[in-house]
Amino acid sequence: MPHLSLDTELIDQARTRARNIAVQVWEQVSSYTTTTVERATLRLFGVDGVNDQGVPLPNVVVDHLHKKGMLGKGAVYPVANAMRFHGITAQEVALRVAGGSLHLDGVPPGDEGAVTELAHSLAEQACAAIQAKREEKNKLVERLGMGEPPYLYLIVATGNIYEDIKQAQAAARQGADIIAVIRTTGQSLLDYVPYGATTEGFGGTYATQENFRLMRRALDEVGEQIGRYIRLTNYCSGLCMPEIAVMGALERLDMMLNDSMYGIIFRDINMQRTFIDQFFSRMINAYAGIVINTGEDNYLTTADAYTQAHTVLASQFINEQFGLLSGLTEEQMGLGHAFEMDPDMEDGFLWELAQAQLVRQVFPTSPVKYMPPTKYMTGNIFKGHVQDALFNVTSVVTGQTIHLLGMLTEAIHTPLLHDRYLSIENARYIFNNMRHLGEEIEFKPGGRIQKRANQVLCQAAAMLMEIEAMGLMQAIGRGMFADICRFPEGGKGLSGVVPKTADYYNPFTELMLSGKLGGR
Amino acid sequence: MQAEAVRVKPYGDSMNDGMVQLSFTLPLPLSEVAQEAARRLAEQMGITEASVVHREDLGQGFSFFILYGRCTHWVDLSQIAVTRAEYTVMSKDEIDNFIGQHFGRKLTFIGACIETDAHTVGIDAIMNMKGYNGHKGLESYHQINAINLGAQVSSEELAGRAIRHHADALLVSQVVTQKNVHLANLTRLVDMLEAEGIRERIVLVVGGPRITHELAKELGYDAGFGPHTYAEHVASFVVQEMVKRGMK
Repeated sequence: MPHLSLDTELIDQARTRARNIAVQVWEQVSSYTTTTVERATLRLFGVDGVNDQGVPLPNVVVDHLHKKGMLGKGAVYPVANAMRFHGITAQEVALRVAGGSLHLDGVPPGDEGAVTELAHSLAEQACAAIQAKREEKNKLVERLGMGEPPYLYLIVATGNIYEDIKQAQAAARQGADIIAVIRTTGQSLLDYVPYGATTEGFGGTYATQENFRLMRRALDEVGEQIGRYIRLTNYCSGLCMPEIAVMGALERLDMMLNDSMYGIIFRDINMQRTFIDQFFSRMINAYAGIVINTGEDNYLTTADAYTQAHTVLASQFINEQFGLLSGLTEEQMGLGHAFEMDPDMEDGFLWELAQAQLVRQVFPTSPVKYMPPTKYMTGNIFKGHVQDALFNVTSVVTGQTIHLLGMLTEAIHTPLLHDRYLSIENARYIFNNMRHLGEEIEFKPGGRIQKRANQVLCQAAAMLMEIEAMGLMQAIGRGMFADICRFPEGGKGLSGVVPKTADYYNPFTELMLSGKLGGR
Repeated sequence: MQAEAVRVKPYGDSMNDGMVQLSFTLPLPLSEVAQEAARRLAEQMGITEASVVHREDLGQGFSFFILYGRCTHWVDLSQIAVTRAEYTVMSKDEIDNFIGQHFGRKLTFIGACIETDAHTVGIDAIMNMKGYNGHKGLESYHQINAINLGAQVSSEELAGRAIRHHADALLVSQVVTQKNVHLANLTRLVDMLEAEGIRERIVLVVGGPRITHELAKELGYDAGFGPHTYAEHVASFVVQEMVKRGMK
């Protein structure tokens, strides 16, 4: 692989600052829970389905507790208490609450030790179920293999899960390694997870547990036929991050888009809510062996890719530290960046190479996620195909891991069947033809690429120093990421943030992190 | 008086050869029959000497074809009337001066990607300080109070904001569309503004890669802007339209 001479002390320093930034946030929010964290916990206890109004039962129970001012203790304890008192399952508790025949504040308090023991054993069962899925995957990967990086990551986005399946299977046959089912526009702002198989959506398909299951089965099927394990990705983002993490863990998803700041910046979701939710969701992703993908590439669709390149690197450092605090390993963090420089810029390709190589070296074991050009795609599909080719070259030369396939029809429509074919053909041609080019390259000492990479690193380190001093929430308020300002009391979802009481109980934090919270 | 017909057809390497290229997928496994089906389809589109120059099996019972052929149709230019927004393009400074002279106050422009659309590339290019391709965005205009609401803003919310901020202009962006959902989105907003009784008090424009002025007018907008539009185009139109309508 090519190699840049970088100031390693500066990298260490940046990492330490990012860690301090993440810990500061964690200390500010760890005394709160959220409605979706509690719903996710109930889902792990087996609560699923909807009431006669179509409201998901986890929402019914959590809203019931919230209304009665009982959520500060967490949903687990009152539900386990009711289970024990009536001798019923968590699902039956939820059904009775939904039917109005059970009020959780009216259940006589049972023996505390016995209630927590019951809750603990149920939580252990949930953990065992997730571990079983993880092992099932490991066996499949061992038997079928996974292709070689850069892994081709393709999206399907028809709105109809059954059409998505056809397109995903076709894409896998054409060479895709990873299939992402794009979510319907607007799902990130729903404060519940829709239920069942769905056939309507705009620009994507609802993330539901049943849709996850259907797509998983379809990819397993095609994987067996072509002799390659096809990985499935969805979006663990928005107002229901933790619940989607649970669904993904139970249905054997392999990757999740899961960023610590994306929802705050691009969806105007309240930052306290997001920081709490991302922590819990990442903990589940970590435990399930899911690789997360972060969303720094999005900054560059708003901010300039050349002048703001250091904000991407700074955010990657922060995302990495949030991830480590939640129990993720470096191998589970697909830190994101993108090929978004203005094609009219002289030497733009050199700066893209410098950035890609810089990210690769600063995060050597992370399965870095590299996103294709979108901002400067025009509708000229012929030029777009060439832009994608340059992106493909950069990716294979610098050894990026997760390669989101560029589409020549970007900026026109969601990909048609043959758009995807042509784009896969482009990438496979370049990857194969240039497979070991990176090993033959040395960057000229003191040359343009080396200088550029070091400049971006210096700027990122300086930015982290500034953020460390003011705090991350303040930094977001000043528009330091993507030129967009957000404030701690603003945005959607703040009403779902609840202070934990002294007797708050949630067995999963202990079971899943097994005391390694932040490795501190 | 009848205008004289001016006929035109595509050019490949000699006048009126009618050369066109075409590519599409058929829901058929690749076979000689599928290829002949592709060729006949092109002929029915008015393409003679259609030839399949490339074919590919896409799997799952689909095949892809690239074809060349000669278009038999002509277009008569004398029959074409293109509608476009009527305005004179001014520079940023000229626009600021124009607002100072005609209104004597700052104008408020609210921009948003409405309803299902999550892609802010277009509205950001027009609104954000740095603009796009060296053309500064509306936030940099001294006489314009530019409010960018970002993505997935509902029509209700946009109408509410228009009232609250006494907006002079609404700039709506629709970038990504699927199954023509952008048309429904755009119509919904117009209905909402009319229901709120504020449509007449506002200059309403829409932009996006699939938007033409003609389409915009049809949907009840004052103007539509396609690709290659910069902030000064939109602002020039809005301020001149305001003067034309006697808005103060």
